[in-house]
Amino acid sequence: MLDFMAPVVFLCRKELLMLVKEPASRALIFLPALLQSLLFGYGATYDLTNAPYAVLDQSGGAASTRLLSKLTGTGVFHRVATLRSTTEIANVIDRGQALLVLSFPADFESRLASGQAAPLQMILDGRNSTTAGAAAGQIGAVVAAYNQERNGVPPITIERRAWYNPNLESRWNMLPALIAALSMLQTLLLAALSVAREREQGTFDQLLVTPLTPMQILIGKALPSILVGLLQSTTIFLIIRFWFQIPLNGSVWLLYLGLLSFTTAAVGIGLSISALSVSMQQAMLYTFLLIMPLMLLSGLMSPVSNMPRVLQIATYANPLRFGMDLVRRVYLEGAGLHEVGFDFVPMLCIAAVTLPLAAWLFRNRLA
Amino acid sequence: MRSSGFGRRFVALLRKETRQLVRDRSNLAVGLLLPVLLILLFGYGLSFDVTNAPVAIVLEDRSPQARDVLAGLEGSPYIAPVWTTDMPDAVRRMRSGEVRGVIRIPVDFSEQLARGQAKVQLLVNGVETNTAATIESYVSGAVNVWAGRQADRVGDESPGAGSVVVISRMWFNEASSSTWYLVPGLIALVLTLIGAFLTSLLIAREWERGTLESMFVTPVRPLEMVLAKLAPYLVIGIIDLIVCLLAARFIFHVPIRGSLGAIALASVLYLIVSLSLGLFISGATRNQFQASQVALLASFMPALMLSGFIFDLRNMPVVIRVVSQLLPATHFMPLIKTLFLTGNNWPMLAREGSILALYGVVLIAASRRSLRKRLV
Repeated sequence: MLDFMAPVVFLCRKELLMLVKEPASRALIFLPALLQSLLFGYGATYDLTNAPYAVLDQSGGAASTRLLSKLTGTGVFHRVATLRSTTEIANVIDRGQALLVLSFPADFESRLASGQAAPLQMILDGRNSTTAGAAAGQIGAVVAAYNQERNGVPPITIERRAWYNPNLESRWNMLPALIAALSMLQTLLLAALSVAREREQGTFDQLLVTPLTPMQILIGKALPSILVGLLQSTTIFLIIRFWFQIPLNGSVWLLYLGLLSFTTAAVGIGLSISALSVSMQQAMLYTFLLIMPLMLLSGLMSPVSNMPRVLQIATYANPLRFGMDLVRRVYLEGAGLHEVGFDFVPMLCIAAVTLPLAAWLFRNRLA
Repeated sequence: MRSSGFGRRFVALLRKETRQLVRDRSNLAVGLLLPVLLILLFGYGLSFDVTNAPVAIVLEDRSPQARDVLAGLEGSPYIAPVWTTDMPDAVRRMRSGEVRGVIRIPVDFSEQLARGQAKVQLLVNGVETNTAATIESYVSGAVNVWAGRQADRVGDESPGAGSVVVISRMWFNEASSSTWYLVPGLIALVLTLIGAFLTSLLIAREWERGTLESMFVTPVRPLEMVLAKLAPYLVIGIIDLIVCLLAARFIFHVPIRGSLGAIALASVLYLIVSLSLGLFISGATRNQFQASQVALLASFMPALMLSGFIFDLRNMPVVIRVVSQLLPATHFMPLIKTLFLTGNNWPMLAREGSILALYGVVLIAASRRSLRKRLV
């Protein structure tokens, strides 16, 4: 056992030294995770916080004023322009000055007073239909509240409660997913470059003629990358927990057990790429080519259940999908091992295939 | 004779760079394959339109009226109802992730309804905020439809009486389809990636292999080397651009309302910026290992998250918006979306175009500096 492990430890040490010996390389391990989680934590939000709008009020009555003051009361909508005619609508929308224009027709007030339905026209900038849809939803809620104020409570009301994310903040959905996604980016690349760099510089042949077995080389190459991945995940985790203050509902141990399997699978993929590539350029290209589908088919941006059937099946080969699912559910929902147990299966399968494949390729693909 | 000297050296360098590009098949293959893959995956895989979200319905009140209220939920493309009778079962399904929400009709529902104050309880899994919001708006829509029908049935005045009705129209994206704004943004993403991964190792590789030092003893000027390195990759980028435009038009049927000339001009400008950003990274790090990490970190995620591709810049805090303005992608993203969906907007093209041109000049100058004939 000692005979097996001693050379592995040396190899690990050498790999880690290569990662941290240069200040620039050292910075590249810690800074990106820190900066990205802060930037994306604030930036990656679907929540409407600032919706500029313009008003074209041809009714000039008290009803429209009351409705608009309710809108201002939300703190989200800000009036940026008051229009005088319908011809001005195109201009404010085209230039992106206003996200939406509310147009009150001349008979708005009189229709309301006479007990008829009063149409309020809303023109939205659909260049980002997600934002436009969110704004439309909020305006609908404000109008419903206004109607209730005038006509009393409707016969049926809906009491909504959201579990795991009481205020339905999209940041809560995005940030825990980043614990897995951001660290994967670099872990995969580090693993992919590790052997390719030695191939390109010719030192890998030297490593192969040492008494080390492919399995020992594999462990020596894999462990440092896994360590870096877990370190980055930890950085992001700490920022989410203590800077953004999103409460952790599940067990830290389960979270890390999941991250360990996930990172191992990612490193396995990276090392397989590495063993296939003859140069760093190739390793980088293949990594880029692979990272895109891994990120897209993971549920980071939009849920997997929205995808067409074929792509949903393809996600079973994606460790990120399950790593992210596990992290989100343990972190936010407080899920236990029996609830997220299945997430481990695809990740461990991927690791069990890619790691031996990489070891085999070390010897069997000599450039 | 200076100009002809430039021409000869440039052509020679260009030939060398092109050969190097063509010889490594993986380079060429990925350069041409990546945009196709990205377009198909993004176009089909990324959708904000919720379909068939499983929702458990707990009918504690067995009256036909209670059933009738929720009848509108059947057959909807957004929600797949799972009928169940008791709350513990529904909660168990919710915890295991089997359903995304629970609708509960309490036992006294029809009694309360007779008094005009009935309540429907809705629990949603808030982790996927978008799905949660869709379920909520859909359930309240179904209940409102029922209330309207009920009012008609008892001959009451219509529920719209004396209230405001919102009539909304979405401009530039009449179908309110997320594909329409994602696909033009995808072009920006593809061009960002092409630049980052094709050129970011070029100079670093030459430093590592020591071939740059041999260039120092030739009469070649740094600017000639930079331009010769950019040119062949520009050709690949333009092919990718054409592929993207064709896919946008013929696979995803996104309207192209601006002129093709304006789109081409803006895209090629951005392509040059993105390729020279790659070269700059390469020259600044002089080390392939670091260059590839910086290229990955500086290109893909920022362009995806901070450029306004998916997340609206208007919703971000001021500090993040300032940071995002530093990215060239943030200037190209609104431009290409506007050119596609709105039409030619000359003031915007002039403003963002000149910012991009400035970026191009600065980055090429910076790459040139990193090739000065001096040993480190």
